[in-house]
Amino acid sequence: MSDRKDIELIADLVPNGSRVLDLGCGDGELLALLRRERGCNGYGIEIADANVLACHQRGVNVIQLNLEEGLSLFEDQSFDVVLQLDTLQHLRNTERMLRETARVGRVGIVSFPNFAHWPNRLHVAAGRMPVTRVLPYQWYDTPNIRVGTFADFEVLAKKDGLTILDAFGIQAGKAVRTWPNLLAGVAVFKFQRG
Amino acid sequence: MSRFGGAGFFLSRELRLMSSLGDVLPQSMHFAEPLGLASGAVLRDYTLAYETYGTLNSARSNAVLVCHALNASHHVAGTYAGQDKSEGWWDNLIGPGKPLDTDRFFIIGVNNPGSCFGSTGPGSPNPDPAASGRAYGSDFPVVTVEDWVDAQARLVDALGITMLAAVIGGSLGGMQALDWSLRYPDRLRQCIAIATAPNLSAQNIAFNEVARRAIVTDPEFFGGHYAEQGAIPRRGLRVARMIGHITYLSDDAMEARFGRDLLQGTLGYSTQDVEFQIEAYLRHQGDKFSEYFDANTYLLITRALDYFDPARPHGGDLTATFAKARCKFQLVSFTTDWRFAPARSREIVKALVDNKLDLSYAEIAAPHGHDAFLLDDPRYHGVLRACFENLARELEGPSPRPSPASGRGGSHV
Repeated sequence: MSDRKDIELIADLVPNGSRVLDLGCGDGELLALLRRERGCNGYGIEIADANVLACHQRGVNVIQLNLEEGLSLFEDQSFDVVLQLDTLQHLRNTERMLRETARVGRVGIVSFPNFAHWPNRLHVAAGRMPVTRVLPYQWYDTPNIRVGTFADFEVLAKKDGLTILDAFGIQAGKAVRTWPNLLAGVAVFKFQRG
Repeated sequence: MSRFGGAGFFLSRELRLMSSLGDVLPQSMHFAEPLGLASGAVLRDYTLAYETYGTLNSARSNAVLVCHALNASHHVAGTYAGQDKSEGWWDNLIGPGKPLDTDRFFIIGVNNPGSCFGSTGPGSPNPDPAASGRAYGSDFPVVTVEDWVDAQARLVDALGITMLAAVIGGSLGGMQALDWSLRYPDRLRQCIAIATAPNLSAQNIAFNEVARRAIVTDPEFFGGHYAEQGAIPRRGLRVARMIGHITYLSDDAMEARFGRDLLQGTLGYSTQDVEFQIEAYLRHQGDKFSEYFDANTYLLITRALDYFDPARPHGGDLTATFAKARCKFQLVSFTTDWRFAPARSREIVKALVDNKLDLSYAEIAAPHGHDAFLLDDPRYHGVLRACFENLARELEGPSPRPSPASGRGGSHV
């Protein structure tokens, strides 16, 4: 999610002045952008030392935490927006984290690699796991311990009682709203509880 | 809480090559106005020993107050002329080009009342006429973190500083930094609290109590008036320090440094001789400590630790406690610190988040235990360097930060 245009497409989903929690905030680039251009405030959550330091250097509020331990630090509906970008697929407790996101934020926004993007389907059809720009890892060294598709997420959201407010794909820095499950490498969902 | 006796053991070569502050001079200031204490007692008048490094800018906005922990003092950085190994206790952090840069900030180190390094304490003459000029000894009033913060604020006033750029401290020093944010919320921009806790756990109080009993039951203690008897309760101080030292180190750090190594290489089959390296180390630390630290001060400072509990007036509700805070916060904890564990820092994080305060928190996977806050782990010092650079930019920037009240939950993501 380091692609500049991808980040801007996601930032567009965040209302001006929102109080934001960014789960897995990386080096804090999106938070810095939201603060600078949308007057947002809030915190990033990050586990990696190098990213935590980078956030400090940017002057972005960061809290060093392991997301696998849950979000017990945060009260129900205490943020306008909880972002979980390119993070969901790294977590063992994916479903719990999604529920936590919807509990803490009035609105949740997630993005993740769409495993059903057509080049991935071709890789699998040819008998190999995909290795692409969005999924650059070999099967044996990938940090993506959860692989899901745009369509899979819709099913999970329904199961967990989440209302999808907006959903689209991102491909080559552009929003994809036609057949995103086939045509987009990244899936984006904006949702709320109930 | 402690200066690791062999801190040099962990200091990196790079750090040794960094420029030092050079020789510094301690100063002292007398305060004639009585200081009312939390206990209801009053310090009729008192002196504070302090040191400053760097230059106060014309706006008087670049001052950073450093609060000391259990056994440290106002001598935070630099050396004393002609004295070997006289580096201040946080010399690895503070100096030209160091994370807390003396070229950009004016740094104040102050010795708290009740201590034994120059500020009014148990060794000072008791002004009560009934004492006829004898030292306070154990009659020195119990002082709290809040009392210290009040005394520090008067020194800051006297130095002509209304708004501190930051208050920083580790362990008990971190408690003072936190208390500044509550007691004087509009007088600091940034609170930096490291390896600290919102109060002591029962286990922590228990360690303090064992240390105190070691001192008080030493036959040389004489009810705290040992000075009049020409005595020093050295045995008690030694044992107190040995207990403290065990709790400042992680199991792994102790294992890595001492393991089961024997002093002589073979078992001596003695129950009283020093046989294991760890025993020699603890005894050495105890001996050293008993030569320079005052027993009554040890009792007072451990009590101040026990008492610190700013949430108490709020029924234990830490979120309600921090409702009055206005400054930005930087918290740091160390994963192997079992005396002031990360979970305790996270309690503070939660209270600050609940109050929508600006905050960053780093949980450093350092192996050294509680003492890590005095060492120079690059991740830890990197975070503090970034924190102070942001602060310096804020102070030097074209648009000053809005007033603390309006800055709350403001523009800082």
